[in-house]
Amino acid sequence: MSGRTLERRDLLRASAAVGGGLLVAFWFPASAEANSLALPKDFVPNAFVRIAPDGAVTVIINKAEMGQGVCTSLSMLVAEELDADWRRVGFEFAPVDPVYAHPGFGIQMTGGSTSIGGMFEPLRKAGAAARAMLVQAAAKRWNVDASECRTEKSTVTHTASGHSATYGELADAAAELEAPKDAPLKDPKDFRLIGRSTKRLDTVAKIAGTATFGLDVSVPGMLTAVVAHPPVFGGKAKRVDSAAALRVAGVVKVVEVPSGVAVVARGFWAAKLGRDALEIEWDDGANAGLSSEKLRADYAALSRTKGLTARHDGDPDGAFAAAKQVLEADYELPYLAHCPMEPLNCVVDLRTDSCEIWAGTQFQTVDHAAACAVAGLKPEQVKLHTTFLGGGFGRRANPASDYIVEAVAIAKQTGAPIKLVWTRTDDLRGGYYRPMWHSRIRAALAANGALAGWAHTIVGQSFIVGTPFEPFIIHDGIDGTSVEGSADTPYAIPAVHVDLHTTQVGVPTLWWRSVGHSHTAFVVETFLDEVAHALGEDALALRRRLLAKEPRHLAVLERAAGAAQWGTPLPAGRARGLAVHGSFNSFVATVLEVSLEHGRPRVHKAWTAIDCGRIVNPDGIVAQLEGAVGFGLTAALYSEITLRDGCVEQSNFHDYPMLRINEMPDVEVILVGSHEPSSGVGEPGVPPVAPALCNALFALTKKRIRRLPIRREDLTA
Amino acid sequence: MALDLEVNGKRVSVDADAATPLLWVLRDDLKLTGTKFGCGAAQCGACTVHVDGEAVRSCVLPIAAAVGRKVTTIEGLSSAVGKALSQAWIEEDVPQCGWCQTGQIMSAAVLVAEKATPSDADIDACMSGNVCRCATYVRIRRAIHSAAAIAKGGGR
Ligand code: FES
Ligand code: FES
Repeated sequence: MSGRTLERRDLLRASAAVGGGLLVAFWFPASAEANSLALPKDFVPNAFVRIAPDGAVTVIINKAEMGQGVCTSLSMLVAEELDADWRRVGFEFAPVDPVYAHPGFGIQMTGGSTSIGGMFEPLRKAGAAARAMLVQAAAKRWNVDASECRTEKSTVTHTASGHSATYGELADAAAELEAPKDAPLKDPKDFRLIGRSTKRLDTVAKIAGTATFGLDVSVPGMLTAVVAHPPVFGGKAKRVDSAAALRVAGVVKVVEVPSGVAVVARGFWAAKLGRDALEIEWDDGANAGLSSEKLRADYAALSRTKGLTARHDGDPDGAFAAAKQVLEADYELPYLAHCPMEPLNCVVDLRTDSCEIWAGTQFQTVDHAAACAVAGLKPEQVKLHTTFLGGGFGRRANPASDYIVEAVAIAKQTGAPIKLVWTRTDDLRGGYYRPMWHSRIRAALAANGALAGWAHTIVGQSFIVGTPFEPFIIHDGIDGTSVEGSADTPYAIPAVHVDLHTTQVGVPTLWWRSVGHSHTAFVVETFLDEVAHALGEDALALRRRLLAKEPRHLAVLERAAGAAQWGTPLPAGRARGLAVHGSFNSFVATVLEVSLEHGRPRVHKAWTAIDCGRIVNPDGIVAQLEGAVGFGLTAALYSEITLRDGCVEQSNFHDYPMLRINEMPDVEVILVGSHEPSSGVGEPGVPPVAPALCNALFALTKKRIRRLPIRREDLTA
Repeated sequence: MALDLEVNGKRVSVDADAATPLLWVLRDDLKLTGTKFGCGAAQCGACTVHVDGEAVRSCVLPIAAAVGRKVTTIEGLSSAVGKALSQAWIEEDVPQCGWCQTGQIMSAAVLVAEKATPSDADIDACMSGNVCRCATYVRIRRAIHSAAAIAKGGGR
């Protein structure tokens, strides 16, 4: 996927904002420059597509490919309107440029399950504009009316005259034309590609081992850097004795950077041995006393006090005062590491007046700016290449650009290109976790059996405070990502109160696949099950009743429940649980069938239904939902980052385990079609998994699980 | 020190400490980056290669232990089983992020070479050392069944 990337000089000519404030670049290589080359020209109608004289169509991907399939689905959007021959469509990752900014957030980034929704129009417009120019070039060549030409499979045809030409043959001529500002888009009923399961464009490279991830990048003369980070967040090296490290064969240098002490060596192994040999005395700083047990107690105490109001409907106090029965419960969720399969890394080639960086990143604009600041270079002197990402889940979208900043800081002191490599232990102990959460929740049940009141107090850290996202996400002191999924609960409850305590703890936190929904859905959906049980009502029936005015929730709920044959008898020792949750403008319902094996939960089958608006690549969505089941189960069954004396206790997969193939259930994914705009796919599958699991386990054991990950003792008397 | 290895059918000489794990010789010295790093502790399978036809976690195999044995990485997996696995992996569109996938295929290659018709239990036993954070397990399982069928009888 390398090949020629767009030159910055081309991009600077980008111009013309079209439609709805979405910026689509239309620029032209200056004819003079282009003509100075004797070779036939590529046709580059805009920033998102290029057609070579041999007919190869290259789509420029402005998103991080971290497994969610964007290099395929985004290419489909361009190819659809272009009427490209799909077999000739390839892709490459975009350079950093404002033209590639997220249409909603204004920076180049991948997150919030917004890639398809955000790029659906801009990329179709880019394809349509290119197609119009090719048609125009053909019409001119044949001296016919453009409106009489048809396009299919990268070929323009004029039936009456019998002419036809491939896009490759027309590329040269099309490159001379002006881009239309408003090439018409297809009526969705005419889509040939969108809506059809399409094989991923990156599969072949990924299974052959030829796809280039950040960790695979190599530049001449490159050294490898491994960093000793302070064992306590915010700690600093007080005294460094690098003598033994420097004696390790292959070690070239030991350098101190703000984030720790780096050993630079020829190759990873020497760098790692060098790090092992470092003698460092750390000043642990203010966080030396941090402990998960203490935080748990502090959070529980806070949850008994009033926080800032995130939602207030009706008269909750009245509802609780008048209740026939009040249910209440405390829920606890731990810090979670993203743990992408490819540990964090970054390659930096820093020269006096330029810098090239290769990294798997979800946050190009932010990382680029951070790199410029550390390198002391101007934006145009720094080039950031986005590679494939061996998983992201939010970790590679860090407002602090931690691994990029660290790599540039090391390069500054090295005098040679460096590859920064984090080990799995560095990854698990390196911070930026899904925050730890405490929820205290109460429900007021009226004498007539109605769920009359609901009160939810949320306690946890904000990872938005102090970032440039603050003005967009924090309103009246409420971080929307802390309360999403609860403050916007769709259940028809006459009196609702949701409040938030934002804590300040010296543990760096960050968005983690499904963000706030990763904790709120667990609390809301399991507690609603408690309500159903107290009312003597079936979990599905109660949700139907409370979601009567929410057709999209209802539709996925009915489809998942139907597929799972909800309500029909199961063999002894088996039980089902369900949950439904809307996030990222999509709606997912999940039913799990479980049993206990040697006292541990065993999930046999998952049925998961999604409505994500208009479907672009059905099989890609199925894959994301399958993966979300496994990701959600890993968190529910195993994952927790804990602190003791300020240090993270976990270090590798033995104490931060992942679900394995022998534990993976069968997954049946149900795609609920809709004509709504395309919405999130990568994240919305995760939130319902943990609550569906715990609801099933309650049905099986009559034990309520209110703390994750599930402990063996939670399931036994 | 200089060590002679046979990697993907080629003799190569590398200058490395005898205790260096094979993984880093492959990746850093021989630039065979199809073999991936996930844990460095034989816990995830991302680094799986074949040594004399056996699936081995190269992150914990000292290079000295590979001397005189045949090392095969994903780049050199050219057996009929390897081809069947590629075909099945493509048909099932298995990878998501892709980082674990070469290791998955190297583990599966030994399984399918040894068992013409692996059962689900065989797959569990052989493949549970390979983590996939993206949880592509459903497709890995399907692809192994289908690769076994392809390898057995040219088609399914
Ligand atoms: S890197 Fe070798 S098993 Fe994980
Ligand atoms: S495909 Fe991402 S870890 Fe397996």
